[in-house]
Amino acid sequence: MAPDEHGHEHAHDHAHEGGSELSQVQLRVRALETVLTEKGYIDPAAIDRIVEAYETKIGPHRGAQIVAKAWSDPAFKQKLIADATAAVNATSDLTHVSDHLIAVENTPRRHNMVVCTLCSCYPWEVLGLPPVWYKSSAYRARSVIDPRGVLHDFGVSLPDETEIRVWDSTAETRFIVIPMRPAGTEGWSEEKLAQLVTRDSMVGTGQPKHAEEIGA
Amino acid sequence: MNGVHDMGGMHGFGPVMPEKNEPVFHAAWEGRVFAMQRATFFIGLWNIDMARASVEKLPPDIYLGVSYYEKWERGLENRIVSYGLAGADELAAGHSQRPGKAVPRKLLAADVEKSLQRGSYARPTNQPAQFKAGDRVRAKIINPETHTRLPRYARGRTGVVEAIRGCHVFPDSVVTGKGENPQWLYTVVFDGRELWGAEADPALKVSIEAFEPYLEHA
Repeated sequence: MAPDEHGHEHAHDHAHEGGSELSQVQLRVRALETVLTEKGYIDPAAIDRIVEAYETKIGPHRGAQIVAKAWSDPAFKQKLIADATAAVNATSDLTHVSDHLIAVENTPRRHNMVVCTLCSCYPWEVLGLPPVWYKSSAYRARSVIDPRGVLHDFGVSLPDETEIRVWDSTAETRFIVIPMRPAGTEGWSEEKLAQLVTRDSMVGTGQPKHAEEIGA
Repeated sequence: MNGVHDMGGMHGFGPVMPEKNEPVFHAAWEGRVFAMQRATFFIGLWNIDMARASVEKLPPDIYLGVSYYEKWERGLENRIVSYGLAGADELAAGHSQRPGKAVPRKLLAADVEKSLQRGSYARPTNQPAQFKAGDRVRAKIINPETHTRLPRYARGRTGVVEAIRGCHVFPDSVVTGKGENPQWLYTVVFDGRELWGAEADPALKVSIEAFEPYLEHA
């Protein structure tokens, strides 16, 4: 993104009218939306609702609930690894997901990382929209050749002998990593466990929080 | 297409820089572009593969030089013009100059909730899968000028089929107007040294999701 776009995070760019100048890209986007609306192809109210859904409802808390359930319930975890879409959809307290969600489990021997080298495929339904780094050239280029270097950028280091398995999302399958359950969380509720599950830990570039980080 | 979008294994892009407390959208226009992309899929004239193809066709300096949602915006402009939904003159003017075309569908606010669910790309088939888990396979050396989902770094490399993921819409066909032409999809895993040579991390494994036409027995 252009540096001059930072800090302009209010909900509607109309606030700029009569004020500071609109950037080139803002003008293009406004022109496109105006033409599509005038031609009758899109409904601006639908555009508002889509933005709102991704800003307020669809996010990594959904994936965190899935991971917390997997940590708490071994039978669910088994089903999740066998067929994540079916396992999640059979569970009423989890959000519905569409076809081809695949859950991959971290173990002491294997660490999983997810990338899309060709574009930016990401499990929106369970993690929300991807962060800028996930879509960056640096991440897309390096993950498959130097995942340890990428993990280093995130402050994560793993033993040399730990297998690093990188999943390149080159089709319409989507991946969520089940990180290892942190120590000292025995007997925790799913709700409390979910607070440990970070977005990055479900992409494989981070670890869950430590038990102490969220208090007793 | 051997474009700059096919980035796996490239050097020189520097470190990955995570942003603390990153917002979903960094500016209001990003949200508008994202949502217009969703709403225009709903019209039903193109699918995800065609949308990707139109972004990949951006000139390399634009692809690398503009932000993520600006690429989407430019790709969407290209589709709008190439499908005859609006003229480049109208986009430049910022207003419609002629009546719109009749389109199959329009996403209304009341239908947004159900439209947020991802469509399925699985399709039925009568053809048996040619490979099974455990088979050694080689990714073919192909260099189509059109959209493909076989990354360059895997072409010509030998790996192992780990799982069959069902039969799916074949992107390479869709984008060339040959229809969905569903194909079996496999997770194929490669040893890091097979992809990157003897100096590669011996504990690295990389998998791709490979459509059957990309593969041959090894």
